[in-house]
Amino acid sequence: MNILEYLKDHLMLLDGGMGTLLQARGLEAGELPERWNLSHPIDICEIHRAYFDAGSQIVMTNTFGANSLRFSADELESIIAAAVQNARKAQAESTRPGEKWVALDIGPTGKMLAPYGDFEFEEAVSTFAETVRIGARCGVDLIFIETMNDSFETKAALLAAKENSSLPVFVSNAYGEDGKLMTGADPEAMVALLEGMGADAIGVNCSFGPKTLAPVVEKYLQTASVPVFFKPNAGLPKAVNGKTVYDVSPEEFAEDVTALIRKGVRLAGGCCGTTPAYLAALAEKSADVVPPVLEEKAFPCVSSYTHAVRFEKKAVLIGERINPTGKKRLKEALRAGDMAYVLQEGLAQQEKGVDLLDVNVGLPEICEPEMLRRAVFELQAVIDLPLQIDTADIDAMEAALRIYNGKAMVNSVNGKKESMDAVFPLVKKYGGLVVALTLDENGIPETAEGRLAIAEKILHEASRYGLKAKDLIFDPLAMAISADPNAAGETLRAVKLIREQLGCKTSLGVSNVSFGLPQRDAISSAFFTLALENGLDAAIINPNSVEMNKAYRAFYALRGQDENFADYIAFAESMPTVNAGSAPAPAAALKSDEENRSALQRAIMKGLKDLASATAEELLLHTAPLTLVQEEIIPALNTVGKGFEEKTIYLPQLLMSAEAAKAAFEAVKKALSGGTSASRCPFVLATVKGDIHDIGKNIVKLLLENYGFAVTDLGRDVAPEKIVEATVALHAPVVGLSALMTTTVAAMEETIVQLRKAAPWCKIVVGGAVLNREYADAIGADFWSRDAMETVRYAEMIEKNLSENPTC
Amino acid sequence: MIAENTVFTRTFSEIPVSKKEILRYAGAGSITPEITLLLDECLKASQGCFSYQVCYRLFPLTFGETLDLGFAETSSRSLRKNLQGCDKILLFAATVGLGIDRLIARYSTLSPAKALLFQAIGAERIESLCDIFCADFEKELASEGRFAKPRFSPGYGDLPLSLQRNIFRALEPPRRIGVSLNESLLMTPSKSVTAIIGIATKGAAHEHS
Repeated sequence: MNILEYLKDHLMLLDGGMGTLLQARGLEAGELPERWNLSHPIDICEIHRAYFDAGSQIVMTNTFGANSLRFSADELESIIAAAVQNARKAQAESTRPGEKWVALDIGPTGKMLAPYGDFEFEEAVSTFAETVRIGARCGVDLIFIETMNDSFETKAALLAAKENSSLPVFVSNAYGEDGKLMTGADPEAMVALLEGMGADAIGVNCSFGPKTLAPVVEKYLQTASVPVFFKPNAGLPKAVNGKTVYDVSPEEFAEDVTALIRKGVRLAGGCCGTTPAYLAALAEKSADVVPPVLEEKAFPCVSSYTHAVRFEKKAVLIGERINPTGKKRLKEALRAGDMAYVLQEGLAQQEKGVDLLDVNVGLPEICEPEMLRRAVFELQAVIDLPLQIDTADIDAMEAALRIYNGKAMVNSVNGKKESMDAVFPLVKKYGGLVVALTLDENGIPETAEGRLAIAEKILHEASRYGLKAKDLIFDPLAMAISADPNAAGETLRAVKLIREQLGCKTSLGVSNVSFGLPQRDAISSAFFTLALENGLDAAIINPNSVEMNKAYRAFYALRGQDENFADYIAFAESMPTVNAGSAPAPAAALKSDEENRSALQRAIMKGLKDLASATAEELLLHTAPLTLVQEEIIPALNTVGKGFEEKTIYLPQLLMSAEAAKAAFEAVKKALSGGTSASRCPFVLATVKGDIHDIGKNIVKLLLENYGFAVTDLGRDVAPEKIVEATVALHAPVVGLSALMTTTVAAMEETIVQLRKAAPWCKIVVGGAVLNREYADAIGADFWSRDAMETVRYAEMIEKNLSENPTC
Repeated sequence: MIAENTVFTRTFSEIPVSKKEILRYAGAGSITPEITLLLDECLKASQGCFSYQVCYRLFPLTFGETLDLGFAETSSRSLRKNLQGCDKILLFAATVGLGIDRLIARYSTLSPAKALLFQAIGAERIESLCDIFCADFEKELASEGRFAKPRFSPGYGDLPLSLQRNIFRALEPPRRIGVSLNESLLMTPSKSVTAIIGIATKGAAHEHS
């Protein structure tokens, strides 16, 4: 019988621990248990059989660590084949009546995925894929992915299972004591990710006993629409008279797990420390229990690697700033591949309180799939907000959805057949909440009813892919009232109609409404309030707009949906107090220039970033930008740099000053309005291939930039070819290479060899924890730099030589 | 006495912070009010991002031609010296979790000064965790009339980093405390430690310090 059919109206029992039982039968420490499928088939078969006899209906093959990282292709094939055979034999031999199934067990690889580890996402997918393909060939009934403590690796495994078999897939995560995965995901975030990708049953295993994990399982039951399973440990191991015992008895275990079956768990078993005795106790205890009916949860949601965001109560705020349209500085950053700027934009929006970040990196001259993938990868490494993947390029959309560590918001699909044909399969495969624009081949209907009709059409087409109302959020398109005075009214009506007639959620790019009018924020924020009143569920806004923020907080305060006005008051308190219309500029003008000058130098030397920036801005009102650099910033930096060289100032102070100087430079750049700043010579900088440590390199970059060098930072883990390419393209007179690990010094040497061949003119300076002068000489570098200041001095010397002797 | 043949895990909740140690790790020779301010800001941002976990296991120790650690053999002289007089070892892996790595990554481009301080906070946290774990273990041993040698990690003296592979097979830190080993033998989360503690009976060793 099909297991998913059976599961619909049966409570099912899984198996229990394997490792503990193998140890009891003589498995040595460090010995790979998967080899026992071949060397001790009778033992393995007996254990499976004992579980079947005790009442388990699904038994997992002994293949937890069976993957190509641990075994050669041939051995892997024979291990999995033997493992399936052992389980099948036990199934055939078990005398207990009733349905029985065999699941291919897949555990984590034990490697950490990039960027924090060195295992690339796609490598992980192909590693799992190999195991899946062999298991499917050997005829297992389903795939059981378990004990995953990282959401990203879980996604890789589930993707591999889906792409390489049509078997049912159950996915199980191992939670810490804090109720989160090791890499940060809470239960609701995992439910969103796994359901979005089409896992057939999801659950929790390992870590602790049933009581400790109960809150996590309850969260699953509250949020999941697919069957939930539970496979806890027999408590924790304890030493009693020199022997190891687990502290939860079979009876207590059965009692605690059955309590959760009553609340809705539909499959149950055990993990570490549990034995057939535990399963027998559980079978007896749960025999007459009927779990409550599984209910479809209707709220749409998206998730990041830490948490889910529901579209349920208050409208979800989506920050629009990572979108190059009309943003010169971001365009520049994207063309230069400067992800630091993108991250900064993301963080700034998070600080303003948005719930999601829109990510759009579309520019005609860049490869969008590559850039969007990279932007998503880098943003999700350091920012825990869910992302809205915003692109019209379907390849870019897939590349980004694939690498996204959670369930993304997808922007967008529309009523055109071509759009739906392309986008819906991606949403079905990778999961996502897709924004559906109410336009089609005939354009945007003028009336709300016309937009409702397109929404209905989209909803119908989506259902053909198995997508539900909660997988869509409709954008009935805010249009400029300057072009049509009735535009706002129709959009608002459409918001209401879609909510009332279809029971669906809506989202708007609110600020479009004010296009072409002065004081746009006044119009946009009033429209925002009206849209909220009509039931808007999400809004793409500029989080820096004070008016939009005011409208949002005030709306919920007025609507009685802000308990004790906590949100409103917190927002109000975060606003700068504006008294009697006195802007800060006139106040500053009261001080003499002399005081301001020394104030800037003081701010830099003390490392006060905000003060340095503000002071520089004031000074720039009546000082030429380059004068400010020459007479204020550089002298201050020199004082600090000299102090560092003389060891009266230490690294943290040096960095704080450098950051303050950088803030002052940013003000100068703005004043110069578009880059006539006289940069010094190019400097190519990279952490070499295989090395992911870049703090040192970033310190060098910061200081070089302070001193005006045109730094091209290639990032970390950079291939020699890429460094050569940049050096040649810029004809850079100096290249800086960094390495922290002894193992990557070889890559540094290789880079130097290639640079000597292709760019014989350039000087190479190396640095990093493992290097010293002898080492640097041995690998053929021109200079070994002890610290960032020394690198600056070296670059200054090279530049000086160059200007005195410009032939090279 | 803890049982052999089993890997145990232990979670710690709060571990007191030493600002002085953090600033030492950061290389702050003099402490200005501005640095103290920045450190407070970083400490606030890192609050709640730590998850202190240790997994450990006892092994028998045999002195032969090579040193048999129960899970691997080594010819390291410095470890042999460290373990003189011992008949057992405790092998452990400890971590403060991935949260601090995220903070370091977040600020490594945005603010190197903060990244440096987060690095230092992480270093102080993992060392404090090891100190507390070892102190507890020493107490337990003392009650049995035994004592512990100072902890010794791969990379100290002539003990090769490659021993990490054996340690990871013996303790399985990836599934127990979420620590993994990369191709370069470095651990993720970066603020993690593996070490060996020698166990001796009082009077059996000559140089208990």
